[in-house]
Amino acid sequence: MVEVTLWGALGQLAGGKSKVEVEAKDIRELFRKLAEQYPGFEPWIDRGIAVAIDGTIYRDTWSKKLPEGAEIFLLPRLAGG
Amino acid sequence: MNFDPRFSGRKFASVGTRPIRPDGVDKVTGRARYGADFNMAGQLVGRVLRSPHAHAKILKIDTSKAEKLAGVKAVITAKDLPDLTGGDAAMYDILDNCMARTKALYDGHAVAAVAAIDARTARQALKLIEVEYEILPHVTDVDEAMQHHAPLINDTIFTEGLEEKPVKPSNVTKRSQFGHGDVHQGFGHADFIVERSFKTEQTHQGYIEPHACVASVSSDGTAELWVCTQGHFVYRQHCAQLLGMEASKLRVTSSEIGGGFGGKTHVWAEPVALALSRKAGRPVKLVMTRDEVFRASGPTSATSIDVKIGARKDGTITAAEATLRYSAGPYAGSWAEIGAMTAFACYKLDNVKTVGYEVLVNRPKTAAYRAPSAPMAAFAVESAVDELAKELGMDPVDFRIKNAAQEGTRSSYGPVYGPIGIGPTLEAVKNHPHMKAPLKKNQGRGMACGFWFNFGGQTCVDLNIGMDGSVSLAVGTVDVGGSRASLSLVAAEELGIDYAQLKAVVADTSSLGYNDMTDGSRGTFSSSMATISAARNAIKILRERAAQMWDISVDDVVWEQGHAVAKGDKHGNLGKLSLKEIAAESGKTGGPIAGHSELVADGAGVSFATHICDIEVDPETGSTRVIRYTVVQDAGKAVHPTYVEGQYQGGAAQGIGWALNEEYIYGKDGRLQNAGFLDYRIPVCSDLPMIDTQILEIPNPNHPYGVRGVGETSIVPPLAAIANAVSNAAGVRMTHIPMSPPRILAAIEAERGG
Repeated sequence: MVEVTLWGALGQLAGGKSKVEVEAKDIRELFRKLAEQYPGFEPWIDRGIAVAIDGTIYRDTWSKKLPEGAEIFLLPRLAGG
Repeated sequence: MNFDPRFSGRKFASVGTRPIRPDGVDKVTGRARYGADFNMAGQLVGRVLRSPHAHAKILKIDTSKAEKLAGVKAVITAKDLPDLTGGDAAMYDILDNCMARTKALYDGHAVAAVAAIDARTARQALKLIEVEYEILPHVTDVDEAMQHHAPLINDTIFTEGLEEKPVKPSNVTKRSQFGHGDVHQGFGHADFIVERSFKTEQTHQGYIEPHACVASVSSDGTAELWVCTQGHFVYRQHCAQLLGMEASKLRVTSSEIGGGFGGKTHVWAEPVALALSRKAGRPVKLVMTRDEVFRASGPTSATSIDVKIGARKDGTITAAEATLRYSAGPYAGSWAEIGAMTAFACYKLDNVKTVGYEVLVNRPKTAAYRAPSAPMAAFAVESAVDELAKELGMDPVDFRIKNAAQEGTRSSYGPVYGPIGIGPTLEAVKNHPHMKAPLKKNQGRGMACGFWFNFGGQTCVDLNIGMDGSVSLAVGTVDVGGSRASLSLVAAEELGIDYAQLKAVVADTSSLGYNDMTDGSRGTFSSSMATISAARNAIKILRERAAQMWDISVDDVVWEQGHAVAKGDKHGNLGKLSLKEIAAESGKTGGPIAGHSELVADGAGVSFATHICDIEVDPETGSTRVIRYTVVQDAGKAVHPTYVEGQYQGGAAQGIGWALNEEYIYGKDGRLQNAGFLDYRIPVCSDLPMIDTQILEIPNPNHPYGVRGVGETSIVPPLAAIANAVSNAAGVRMTHIPMSPPRILAAIEAERGG
């Protein structure tokens, strides 16, 4: 079980929660479980969500493991120049 | 990913040296081929008809007269680019921006295009196209567009991110919020509070090379596109989707690039050129004029930002808050969101809140510009931080050091930081001779910090070893800032060979797997990771071939300094085999030797910079002169330090132009008044001092060499550093960018009570 912190817009879709608990071993499973629990997340996941694991931001590595007790933060997927 | 990206702390032989740039001779002799330098037999000239109105319904387009003109081979409108986006809203916006469908949304919006045998005929044809418009009220100012009485640009947009779903459409497409703690409580503990509002005007990336492409669509449905871009694979995806093609049937070759800075991450002319070529049955060359680049490519946002920061007497910040409004052009974007995430990222804050609003205006579609959105947020925040330091009676560097984020700090945008470089850049600035140099009359010194995320992404590299032992490296990230040199250094490092033995090229989309574009400061970070991986894969084969040549087990062969070495007592009499010797025998040991790598480079590692600037202000005219400028930035590891310094200097130079001169000026009619370099003034060499640089190297733990992106962060602090310098020189706080002479003079006169 990992605790996931949501940013504002996602929090609203999760009924105003800023943190949710999810049983997930990697980013792929995390997104799948979140979409099951909160169908409103699906278009956001399609558009792109970045996952910060202990401060390191992952945008595409969906196989990245979510260590027990790690700080997991969802962030908007951003553009660069 | 079958590759360990963790920082290894190795000692370097090639990385960190400064060999001559591989593209230098071609660029200084004019041999390098930029976008407009490609030509094909039988090619036509493409030209685009653009709306003269800021906001208008397109009632009718009659192209019949243009089509009848001798020499015209194709005329297209939105009907020739039907909507194939399948409900993808972002792609639909790109399509509509390439060719207006029902409404022209800004001065310069494309409404039709022609392909003709020469430029004169194409221009004549444009004049024969009759467009009937119904002019609509327009709005170009970010604050005005948020007013309830403002002309509505898109009546299907309802603000996202509000607690209650709105019942009325709005020009505000999205509200986003970041932060933690309780700012109300935090301000209650403050002894001093600074609260100010700031504005920044819209600027353009100002790349010297305009957008240019040649498109050739064959009657069998395949196509080729030669184009100046930051991401030819992304252009292929976008063009294929918009034209209903299979991506593999469209081969895109990127040219040399005369600057992009985020502005060439987006298609404008390319789908139009392909549609013209498809209709005409001949290649079409489409080159934007400078006027078109200004009016109809992708400048940055104009902004309006409120900042409030409170601190205790001892200099500890107790709370920080910002509201950021960013213009997005007429299509939804996430520019204020990035500003809201980056605004306070340099600081350790218990109570912080930022709110961003994305605002539609009748201006060109906003595109990324080097660390997009961060410079404007930094300008507002760092100006307020400077002012607060002054109120506290603290040195501005000491105040920032006291409040700087560090490893373990919760960032203002959410996660806790790993190892970061803001503290070291501030310490370096504090001890820099520049900070102690005397100033003369009417001169002021300013400093400021900046933050940028940096990104990685999908990356693919092929490393091929020729039979003569020379090595070619095919990469898929466009070289915008020296990556061919840095990637050659990385391959030389891994293989243990000389840099001169390597040649790196940017491969076309049919020769290599997909690569994300060169944005987010990712070129060297990502492709170096793939190059290391590809080189290690090649070394594995080189060892196998050496084992064959020696007829021993591969387990007994190691790779050392460019040679296969047989290990163990029983092989003690075998001499080393060089890469060249192994390559020469490759035909007899299994064929060509190559190493490939396909990976997602993630964990780019955030980056920080601190800049110092001295400015002289003429109090009679408000004109300014940059006297001295210093950049201190963390590079993680500078692979080719000269290029890294160039990135630092380039960001500072662009920031100086943005801070002091550059500005989109719209008339009351909503038309751009200064679409050219005479009236939109970017800095030239004579405007700039030598920009000093200091590279810090705090290794990124998520890259084998510790590399971080360096391309973007350098443009984040300049607006603020220069504003602080001008404010100190003029004796009045400057709150509006650019600080052009009339604005400075007006501020001085207002301060004097005049």
